[in-house]
Amino acid sequence: MRIGIVCPYTWDVPGGVQQHIGDLAEALIALGHHVSVITPADDDAELPPYVVSAGRAVPVPYNGSVARLAFGFLSAGRVRRWINDGRFDVLHVHEPAAPSLGLLACWAADGPIVGTFHASYEKSRVVSVTAPILQSALEKITGRIAVSEAARTTLVEHLGGDAVLIPNGVATERYAMADPLPGWPGRGAPAGGVPQGPAGGEALGFLGRMDEPRKGLHVLLRAFEVLGRRRPGLRLLLAGPGDADDVVSRVSRDLRDRVVALGMVSEEDKVRAYHSVDVFVAPNLGGESFGIVLAEAMAAGAPILASDIEAFDRVLRGGRAGALFPVGDHEALAAAAAELLDDPARRKQLSAEARAAVRAYDWSSVARDVLRVYETVAFESAGVVESGPAVFRDGA
Amino acid sequence: MYDWIIDVLFWVAVVFLVGVYVSWRATRLDRLHVRVETARAALDAALVRRAAATLELAASRLLDPATSLVLATAAHEARTAGADHREFAESDLSRALRAVFDQPGFAGALADSGAGEGVLDELSAAAAKVAYARRFYNDAVSQARIARRKLLIRVLPLAGRAPLPDFFEIDDDPPEI
Repeated sequence: MRIGIVCPYTWDVPGGVQQHIGDLAEALIALGHHVSVITPADDDAELPPYVVSAGRAVPVPYNGSVARLAFGFLSAGRVRRWINDGRFDVLHVHEPAAPSLGLLACWAADGPIVGTFHASYEKSRVVSVTAPILQSALEKITGRIAVSEAARTTLVEHLGGDAVLIPNGVATERYAMADPLPGWPGRGAPAGGVPQGPAGGEALGFLGRMDEPRKGLHVLLRAFEVLGRRRPGLRLLLAGPGDADDVVSRVSRDLRDRVVALGMVSEEDKVRAYHSVDVFVAPNLGGESFGIVLAEAMAAGAPILASDIEAFDRVLRGGRAGALFPVGDHEALAAAAAELLDDPARRKQLSAEARAAVRAYDWSSVARDVLRVYETVAFESAGVVESGPAVFRDGA
Repeated sequence: MYDWIIDVLFWVAVVFLVGVYVSWRATRLDRLHVRVETARAALDAALVRRAAATLELAASRLLDPATSLVLATAAHEARTAGADHREFAESDLSRALRAVFDQPGFAGALADSGAGEGVLDELSAAAAKVAYARRFYNDAVSQARIARRKLLIRVLPLAGRAPLPDFFEIDDDPPEI
């Protein structure tokens, strides 16, 4: 099959949607399909061979955080040309309700279009206002996929209709084994289960955008103020985009040397970070549809402590594959973390359960389901063609 | 003294804009109807393919005769049911498939026999596609029905003689293969 995938967010900044698209594309290519991905990207960005740039993205506030999106006539023209040249059997648009390439692609194409909805949020006024604008573009989507039950509920409430549920995939084997970062305790090889590595001490980990309130880093930092004083050997390992110095400066002076903020890390160091901590904390406040970070930590076998938002509760099998604490409650987080740190047997058990639970989310099974959706919508179709008034064609 | 020309031009412009708007709405409605028809064709194909895969499994001599008979009967009913009875017959097929595959160790034993693997893959894909195709069809129907309820569409005969599409409601939970 010839498959065209549209990514709404810029490729240079790592994010859940971009990662999802990259992994899906690679899984589909491995199955022998032709895949082309169009995405906003900086001109000098290094892109995989199957990715096409639609030009630079502009940072704009969207859905409670700052997103880097591409819109305007220049982007629209590039999307049209890509659709024209691609001769795709099916077009797969991600987050089509975002004001970016996905929406432009729906506008510019006719034929079998699959849309994947990632985000979930409470009903807000803004969304009710935008619904009519989106309607005529979104009506062209012939098959809708939601990555989580929460994303599906959001979609049904805001736009009506229905969607099939295909959760995110995780390249589980990529995370399974890694050495801890130098100077960090680590959990050794998966089977070995060495409770304390060469460096000793204890460590909590966090990975995610540090400057985005929804990721809940401030909850973890407040918990550390309490926990760090009680446990002198405890350190905090933070990784993810954002101003690292600013984060560290928010910690009390006497605890600062025990907080290490790595900032944005390479893919390889990210995997090692998961293997460097005794407990991985996901203090997210909501708006999370699935939590790819959580699934990666599970694949790495990190014992997990997560807020009890719906999406996490489901992925962690109601607390069996990772401990849960009430969302936003830093005292409960501190208490639960202390309990886990004192109980190596429980950590080992959580780690094993997490590795087992995450198998259902492996990319190979996800790609198979997505292909079935493609085959369903592309039934007896002549493929994707350019649509819209002639004045816009071959524009920009 | 050319006031009347301005008036005429104004009304010509109004009529033109109204025409453009109405034609845009009609195009949109037409697109929704086409989507419903395409989705229906895909759904029908998925249902037929599932029944065929079930019959193939029933005829494969991999099963005991009682199981074969349950599956063959359900698949045959689903394929031959009239329009009124279709939804019941397809739901019965879903239930028959689940009843068969819920037997402890059934899928494993079949997969171990080697010859069964191809049939199982096909049936598993067919059952999943029925669920997908039905979601997509009902999604298209609900949007077409909402559009048909709009005042402009009811007042002007923009929908032509296209019948109001109906939802397709069946139990399509796939068996655990």
